[in-house]
Amino acid sequence: MAKYECPDCQFVYDEEIGVEHEGYPAGTLFEALPEDFCCPNCFVREKDEFISIETT
Amino acid sequence: MKTLTFESPEKGVISFVDKKRWLWQLSMVYPLFPLVGIGVHHLTGYQAALFLPIFLVYGVIPLLDWVFGEDLNNPPEEVVPELSQDNYYRRLLHLTGPMHFISFFACAYWLATQDLSWWGFVGLAIAAGVASGLGLNTSHELGHKANKLDRLVAKLVLAVSGYGHFCIEHNAGHHRYVATPDDSASSKMGENIYEFALREIPGGFKRGWELEKKRLQRKGKSTWSLHNDLLQSYALTAVMQVGVIVALGWVMLPFLIIHNIFAWWQLTSANYIEHYGLLRAKRDNGKYESCQPHHSWNSNHIFSNLVLYQLERHSDHHAHPTRQYQSLRHFEHVPELPNGYFGSFLLAYIPWLWFKIMDPRLLALNHIQGDMNKVNILPRKRSVLVKKYAEMMASQPASA
Repeated sequence: MAKYECPDCQFVYDEEIGVEHEGYPAGTLFEALPEDFCCPNCFVREKDEFISIETT
Repeated sequence: MKTLTFESPEKGVISFVDKKRWLWQLSMVYPLFPLVGIGVHHLTGYQAALFLPIFLVYGVIPLLDWVFGEDLNNPPEEVVPELSQDNYYRRLLHLTGPMHFISFFACAYWLATQDLSWWGFVGLAIAAGVASGLGLNTSHELGHKANKLDRLVAKLVLAVSGYGHFCIEHNAGHHRYVATPDDSASSKMGENIYEFALREIPGGFKRGWELEKKRLQRKGKSTWSLHNDLLQSYALTAVMQVGVIVALGWVMLPFLIIHNIFAWWQLTSANYIEHYGLLRAKRDNGKYESCQPHHSWNSNHIFSNLVLYQLERHSDHHAHPTRQYQSLRHFEHVPELPNGYFGSFLLAYIPWLWFKIMDPRLLALNHIQGDMNKVNILPRKRSVLVKKYAEMMASQPASA
């Protein structure tokens, strides 16, 4: 499981947690997110801008 | 006054006192401005007093903006985390929520129970709509937060103006596509506010609905269910608006029509002036560059900012949407509106005057310098505007 961070608002996409409200359940791999995924917190940074911060 | 301090290894002790701390309460009570008209009408019996609220918004506030001018102060970045976490500022937003309901019901009651001429009725109904339009500002600030309580208050306040689709459309639609031709909530050079309204209002509803539909599909839920955030807010709108008709009679129908139109018109007005003609460049991969401070029109006029939770520091807001209102910054060399929002709205309502003032201002921006390729321009007006401003373009170096 890995974590990726939004470069603007520092929201962390944690694969173990997902983003339930947006329809990405716990365990959803970052790779599996749609290409048009954008930060569910600030909505102004896209998937390809997220930074990998941790892999376990 | 509360002093925030930060010990910096390089700069020593940094102290900051937010001189606007208590003044933000103006934003909290501002939605009650229609009550001024009701109060003066009650005391004097003059129906003309029902136009006082509109005069306050479009006459007095632009004047106060002109008199008090701009505030260019920023909190030191070192204390921003502490400033942003101070719950006082957030509580003010929560307390603003009920103000919109009070204003709506007070105006409805007054209109239904007083013997008014048609023009007195229309005057107060417009003021009620403008106050509910301000609810979109309250919901805007709260709707950018991840906290459930903030989002709940935002959803409830949106119900007053019947604009339940606003938060999702604004965050995932407008913010994502702002300052591009794809955004229904970014106005184009040469587009007047009336034709913009015909694109922005249905465009916002459609995009909001589509975004919510996709979100629910991902969750395996039906669009037509109570899981739909839009329908939850619309349901409350229906209860409120049908409720006042049942309670106060059919006289509420013209009130609601006027109220809703002018509430929506407030958002249209703000959207129109906030990104007029501004365009984000495309990156090599075909995607638009991230939104920068120069992709929004900004205003530092202190008075209107104090009644709008600093919405007018729009450059920072769009570049960093989760930044709290009390921490928004002024930037040098960003597009600046000629007055605060309410004064700028008046300009926008007179298209020839708006174009006359804003088009040269737009083309003179540092990142545009007369280059029409860097402007979000109405396609059918492109050739006319290029010709009109050819002289200005010729005096500037062309860019790729």
